Amino acid sequence: MSNRIVIDPVTRIEGHAKITIYLDDTGQVTDARFHVTEFRGFEKFCEGRPLWEMPALTSRICGICPVSHLLASSKTGDAILSVKIPAAAEKLRRLMNLGQIVQSHALSFFHLSGPDLILGMESEPGDRNVFGLMKANPATALGGIRLRQFGQEIIELLGGKKIHPAWSVPGGVRGPLTEEARDHIRERLPEAYAAVENAFEILKGYIHQHPGELHVFGNFPTLYLGLANEEDTWEHYDGFLRVVDSGGNVIADRIAPEEYRTIIGEAVEDWTYLKFPHYLPLGYPDGIYRVGPLARINLCRTMGTPRADEALVEYRAQTHGAHNSSFLYHYARLIEILTALERIEILLADPDLLTTRLRSQAGINQLEAVGVSEAPRGTLFHHYHVDEDGLIVKMNLIIATGQNNLAMNRTVAQIARHYVQGDHISQGMLNRVEAGIRAYDPCLSCSTHAAGHMPMVVELVNHCGEVVDVLTRD
Amino acid sequence: MSFLDLDEWLFDLAEIADIVYSPVADIKEYPEGVDVAFVEGAVANVDHLKLIRSVRRNTRIVVSFGDCAVTGNVTAMRNPFGNAKTILEYVYREAPGEQGTLPCDPEIVPALLDRVCPVHEAITVDSYLFGCPPNAAAIREKLIETIEKARTTDPSLTVSVK
Repeated sequence: MSNRIVIDPVTRIEGHAKITIYLDDTGQVTDARFHVTEFRGFEKFCEGRPLWEMPALTSRICGICPVSHLLASSKTGDAILSVKIPAAAEKLRRLMNLGQIVQSHALSFFHLSGPDLILGMESEPGDRNVFGLMKANPATALGGIRLRQFGQEIIELLGGKKIHPAWSVPGGVRGPLTEEARDHIRERLPEAYAAVENAFEILKGYIHQHPGELHVFGNFPTLYLGLANEEDTWEHYDGFLRVVDSGGNVIADRIAPEEYRTIIGEAVEDWTYLKFPHYLPLGYPDGIYRVGPLARINLCRTMGTPRADEALVEYRAQTHGAHNSSFLYHYARLIEILTALERIEILLADPDLLTTRLRSQAGINQLEAVGVSEAPRGTLFHHYHVDEDGLIVKMNLIIATGQNNLAMNRTVAQIARHYVQGDHISQGMLNRVEAGIRAYDPCLSCSTHAAGHMPMVVELVNHCGEVVDVLTRD
Repeated sequence: MSFLDLDEWLFDLAEIADIVYSPVADIKEYPEGVDVAFVEGAVANVDHLKLIRSVRRNTRIVVSFGDCAVTGNVTAMRNPFGNAKTILEYVYREAPGEQGTLPCDPEIVPALLDRVCPVHEAITVDSYLFGCPPNAAAIREKLIETIEKARTTDPSLTVSVK
């Protein structure tokens, strides 16, 4: 008798999804799938609209990382205008991106995965959330909340609001950093450093207590893709594309963003709204690759800032070569928060950020362009075709999280095989499967350019369609 | 996300209310006997429709929360294209690099409604909060107002609102 378990919805992630787990007659897991249930259609409904609306419109793809879309869209606009933006404008965009990385990674660690890592994967579902964390460990919860707030404040001080700031545009940005803002951010840095150091302690403690977790949480070889630069330091805003394999060997390098179609293909399956990007030369599904913090750490030689470099050395000492366990996304995220804080500190000391000449003016000079940036979750591509009036003719978006789709599917299967046994499903087992998805910190609204909301019920159904067991999380 | 921008005030909120259902909590089924619900997002697929009806049945005061819920907003921008099939065809079949499959797995992948609608077209709404997104200060004011309203219309709720 084959059975299918459905986890509906997956909670404590951005966006909406379900997970199905297939069992054979003996109750062993044969397969598991990750289904994204949201869809909106940005690539279509943006057609006919002005280029100048795109940064604000595409920001609405997501509430956690609207800044990624703001920047990638602006960069696409820069190329269509064929301008080089003022150096200060690029520095300011980088500052906002770093603020975004801090707030988004803090959210992932404290609010979304924190309940699993701090309260336990099998803890009481009613308390296994940020409110439960606030009750059980108020100091840590407050630290995490304020770390996210720190990142959000940087975005607000530059752009006027925390979510969907209308600030970066094709050609540059609309306003500088003020002295007041600079001083305020600088004052809050020590507290931010303390919060991420606390997070390192928590995570290292967890790994120490659960060493086996690393081996089943999405631990398999894949390629890794992301932005790289000439100095081989960690990159988050601009550069060229690089692909490395699971051993850390470079297999593609110095690919210009506009050439992304030579290395990325997209496949479709009928059981999810999320497409399957893959490394084209190896085809689908062999061309499985990962993006985001784990990839960025694997792609660079050093982080480029002292404290983060120390953390990177310690991290690499724990495994050899490239790290292939998706559980280590959590660790990579913390290293990225650390380098972001250090880079914010460095940028704040640059008087250039206070200047007011921040935009390059031009009309439509190119009818097609690609803008790429590293969103917190990975490499983001905006690709626009416009007409002579600057109206969008065609748009393609390749979203960070989408590129992890193959890996997320393989991860739920691996964890399910390890933890889900027989005909009795426990809440804790299922939460572990979901935690495998949370390690990727997916942004599903982004990935399907869709909107929606996620709902979860688990039913064990036999091949006659009869419900054999039901588990409702309530 | 804007709700989470309440930051430290979340501690105060936890004193005056129990959060029983939310994307950041693990309760999978909408509970009964809910006093206040802030509902975000437009109604775009069959799962949403089912859920919003369950929300209305089980909640005393429903607040339509944010521009997508209040007007449809960006989510509803696919409506002028006529129906769901047109957009799905473009995104999954015609766009570059496609293999020609449309997502369709009725028990898992929810069918899109042909027309995205705001929450008040699917259920009766008691109150509205505009904004894309509403900022944290506005959310806080609305929360206080609504929780107070819930308390005064149900004397069995003894916790007072700060």
